[in-house]
Amino acid sequence: MKRHLVSVLVQDHPRVLTRITSMFARRGFNIDSLAVGRTHLPGVSRISFVVYGDDRTIEQVEKQLNRLIEVLKVVDHDGPRLERELALVKVRVDGIEERLELKEIAEAFRARIVDVARTALTFEVSGHPAKIDRFIEELAHYGVLETMRTGALGMDRGERVLRLKARKEAV
Amino acid sequence: MTGAEVLLEALKRQGVEVIFGHPGGAIMPVYDALYRRRDLRHVLVRHEQGAGHAATGYARASGRVGVAMATSGPGALNLVTALADAMMDATPVVAITGQVPTGVVGTDAFQEADVTGVTMPITKHNYLVTDVNDLPRVVAEAFHIAATGRPGPVLIDLPKDVQNAEFAGTFPETVDLPGYKPVWKGHPRQIKKALEALRGAERPVLLVGGGAQGAAGPIRRFVEKSGIPAIGTLQGLGVIAADDPRYLGMPGMHGTYAANQAIHEADLILGIGLRFDDRVTGDLSRFAPRLRTLIHVNIDPAEIGKVLEAQIPLVGDAAWVAERLAEGAEPLRIEEWWQRIRAWQKAHPLRIPERAELQSQEVIRAFGEATGGEAVVVTGVGQHQMFAAQFYPVKRPRSFLTSGGLGTMGFGLPAAIGAQVARPDATVVLFDGDGSFQMTLQELATVAKYKLPVKIVILNNGFLGMVRQWQDLFYDDRYSEVYLADSNPDFVRLAEAYGIPAVRVEERAALEAAVERILASPGPVLADFRVVPEEGVFPMIPAGGSAEEMILEPPKEVKR
Repeated sequence: MKRHLVSVLVQDHPRVLTRITSMFARRGFNIDSLAVGRTHLPGVSRISFVVYGDDRTIEQVEKQLNRLIEVLKVVDHDGPRLERELALVKVRVDGIEERLELKEIAEAFRARIVDVARTALTFEVSGHPAKIDRFIEELAHYGVLETMRTGALGMDRGERVLRLKARKEAV
Repeated sequence: MTGAEVLLEALKRQGVEVIFGHPGGAIMPVYDALYRRRDLRHVLVRHEQGAGHAATGYARASGRVGVAMATSGPGALNLVTALADAMMDATPVVAITGQVPTGVVGTDAFQEADVTGVTMPITKHNYLVTDVNDLPRVVAEAFHIAATGRPGPVLIDLPKDVQNAEFAGTFPETVDLPGYKPVWKGHPRQIKKALEALRGAERPVLLVGGGAQGAAGPIRRFVEKSGIPAIGTLQGLGVIAADDPRYLGMPGMHGTYAANQAIHEADLILGIGLRFDDRVTGDLSRFAPRLRTLIHVNIDPAEIGKVLEAQIPLVGDAAWVAERLAEGAEPLRIEEWWQRIRAWQKAHPLRIPERAELQSQEVIRAFGEATGGEAVVVTGVGQHQMFAAQFYPVKRPRSFLTSGGLGTMGFGLPAAIGAQVARPDATVVLFDGDGSFQMTLQELATVAKYKLPVKIVILNNGFLGMVRQWQDLFYDDRYSEVYLADSNPDFVRLAEAYGIPAVRVEERAALEAAVERILASPGPVLADFRVVPEEGVFPMIPAGGSAEEMILEPPKEVKR
């Protein structure tokens, strides 16, 4: 069961996300995270998701996505890739010593303090989802009050580009 | 022009001649426009499910897109089963449903249901039209999507205010769907590989499915030229004529011994337009254990590799690919293989058990002989369906219409209506069970209204026979809720109440004459054939089994 990051370009139509998630649920594909946003291309959105599966499962994920009329392109980023997630983490803080400790941890993870209250600190952290996992683990000891994560975004490194030119082979 | 008029004009431009439907509040503007438009025929059904299956029957018998129409909420939801059925068996259908006005969508308005939401997983695509000027484009796209690639149902949900809105747009000349480009032509390299593999095969078989119904010409030429043993799935019946000497019958759960043995021993399977459904394969790990090369031809790439790994995947249209295979085929040198197959055929042909009472298989055989296998056969779902698949000698493509993937009881009567509308001069014979028939029997009114000369053959055993058979085999004879005979209607009087002539046949001696009279009748006829109550469909490979576990005969005496 390998971890895959898949990007999908879709026509920005109502319910297109529902079509995709409903298909995942119906076919029994297990999605670990999902992120959606507009692209620089008018009318085109990009979805990225993390899915665990063997080669056959991933092949079916790609093929079943391609069957959807509004899906323009599907890419499994199986080469060198950039992967980033953004998270907000609110932590309980008690006293100046804890505050200093937390600040040190945050520096180690390049996290920023974005909100300060008497008994709580909120961090903004970005990076590979595994790094965010570790950051949250480090904070567990102090008492994590709230977390919010965007889900992983992905892109191939180097000159490989996810373009619309190539026509997909689908039904 | 109003939206309703635009819709009908757009349908007309798609070549639509007939709509199967049922009116209601939220689709009334369209029905009003229809009233004023005489060049579109409407067939009024008595339940929207009937409209859906009729559109399916029409599509399957003609190869064209079937159109069903219903109102919002309950009307549209009654189409759901038929849409799922069309999706499973890849049938091109366009469904048009009324919707509450856009201003009240989402407020739980009267007869509101989220129909695009409900039908999303059971349609190839669907639309909710909120701007009347989009309508011609949406209709053109819907027909294009329904009919091309792997065909399927497309639903257009049309709010009432959009039907009434004044149109200020244009009708597009072309369809532009950037995310939808079905591959039509198979890759030449893969075709070459397939032909090479065929040359080297010692024990090849051809399997054809529903996707090959439009490819019968080239497939028959390929079979003729190569001499390959050929097998047709339930949806593939008629692609190869039943009387072709190279035809071995149907595979799978109730397939012939020879077809299943041939698959079991094959070193090469050429599969065209099928998806290796579990009713065909049984236990996948024990399916075709000697197989070295699977050549899987399908226009839907997602079907290739879904259940079986294909050594030679071939994405493309069945007819296009079969044409190239027929061109490149050489006579196979497989005499030894044929000898083994002939021995299997001889050892275990399909047979009809000796019984005192009349049996379904005899009735079907009699219709087969009397029609020469040339009728358009439609079935319900259950034992009678399997008997029909086994014993009706289907001669031509698009002439065995049955609910395969979804197994929809009640499919038969409305699908037969659609088939008869599509092919008014054809002999349409519906084989139905007493259970299956009662799920949509209200469509007798439709048969009567349009005087459709459908021959309705009820194989009446007074049981939900297929469920009873499983209870017999796997549930220790506990006949839980399968007995119908105590409360079945008198089917003859029922038909007569609709003004449809009817006949009851109980004796073997009366069979031949009855079949002749039924077929000679110019209009509709319902025939209630009283058949042996407790019969089983054999051979049978139990669900999840393999060809080695085939049950050839009923395991015990039929009980009384």
